[in-house]
Amino acid sequence: MLGISFDQIGFILEGMGWTLVLSLMGFVGGALAGLPIALALSRGGRLLRSVTGAYVQLIQGIPLPVIMFLCFFGISIAGFDLPSLVAAGLAMTAYASAYLGEIWKGCIQAVPRTQWEAAECLALRPLQRVVHVILPQAVRIAIAPTVGFLVQIVKNSSYAVVIGFFDLTYSARVVNNSTFKPFVVFTLAALLYFAICYPLSSLAYRLEKRLGRR
Amino acid sequence: MNYEFDFSFLATHWRALVDGTLLTLRMSVTTIVLGFAFGVALAVARTQGGPFLRKAVVFYVEVLRNTPLVVQAFWLFFGLAALQIRVPALAAAVIALVINVSAYTAEIVRAGIESIPRGQMEAASCLGMSRWKVLRLVVLPQAVERMYPALISQFILMMLATSIMSQISAEELTAAGYSIQSDTFRGFEIYLVIAVIYLVLSWFLRLTMGGLANLAFARRRRLKTTL
Repeated sequence: MLGISFDQIGFILEGMGWTLVLSLMGFVGGALAGLPIALALSRGGRLLRSVTGAYVQLIQGIPLPVIMFLCFFGISIAGFDLPSLVAAGLAMTAYASAYLGEIWKGCIQAVPRTQWEAAECLALRPLQRVVHVILPQAVRIAIAPTVGFLVQIVKNSSYAVVIGFFDLTYSARVVNNSTFKPFVVFTLAALLYFAICYPLSSLAYRLEKRLGRR
Repeated sequence: MNYEFDFSFLATHWRALVDGTLLTLRMSVTTIVLGFAFGVALAVARTQGGPFLRKAVVFYVEVLRNTPLVVQAFWLFFGLAALQIRVPALAAAVIALVINVSAYTAEIVRAGIESIPRGQMEAASCLGMSRWKVLRLVVLPQAVERMYPALISQFILMMLATSIMSQISAEELTAAGYSIQSDTFRGFEIYLVIAVIYLVLSWFLRLTMGGLANLAFARRRRLKTTL
């Protein structure tokens, strides 16, 4: 069919599975590290703010493929022999944490100041203020941009191809090398990425509109 | 862990790093200029064109924004090769980057155009200006003036994305790193140096573009406020 076999399509779909795995790792890791970063950026003292701010600037000023290489070679000089999924997952975590930290900082700051003051007047401890008063409100603001960022995570997970991680882009390239049907193979790969990303993009857009109306 | 860091490749391979940096910079500047022009044209087509043209632009933008740059570059690079069209890797890389960044630029500029109050366009056409003149003298300058911080961020992201063009054998900075590492096996140190170079490049581009915007939009500088 179109010069590529069902086996080859299956191979590409397998790569797509690993793209989803890597994206999920990036999102979960990025969220776990991103939340403390967001809190530090929005509520931390001067020192904490400038340290986390520098981290965010650093990650945002280095291309993700270079971060992938640093994790890949860093793990090997630390004396571990781990699959490239670990290096790729680590790099995606670092990348996503910087961007999610910055996005969520904005969402926390969008909660009116008076909410903090009211929570303090109710004699809530600092952690209780954050968990029971601020975060529930910030989460609602954060949903649309976070879903939008998921698209970036899925697309940019393709950069793991530089360290030879087997994902959708990599499997497509392997199939192209053996069949040399670039238009068929890469159109298929693009369609598969589109099938993941487009629903997320339009969901983010609709969520943003709905929040804007309120 | 007892690993000795060894940066001696700097003494022997600095030329490759300098060449790679210059090529990355050249690719970025070319792409910014062409991508900006193309993106503005797309934004104008999207906001002023007929229904068919609008749909075509939406399709173009959505396809490009929802697929990875690497796949777009592979599609173009290997596709051209399959069609027996010989294009240098560098040209293919710049074409892929321009196409990609034009989609993002188009969305940003469109948002800028749509933020201009209708009354201004009506006033301008009441002054007898043609539709083209209204666009060129009233709408676009203000749209770009409002959106340039977002444009600068997008262009920085694009500069960082040039690093993936090493995958289609464009000899930019990341590719230089790869060839040095296959020569010296000092992958970690090499990419540390390269990371620092990219950081400097992104600060440099941000400062340069911010300065140019300050020159171009004197009003904004005088008022010291966002519009």
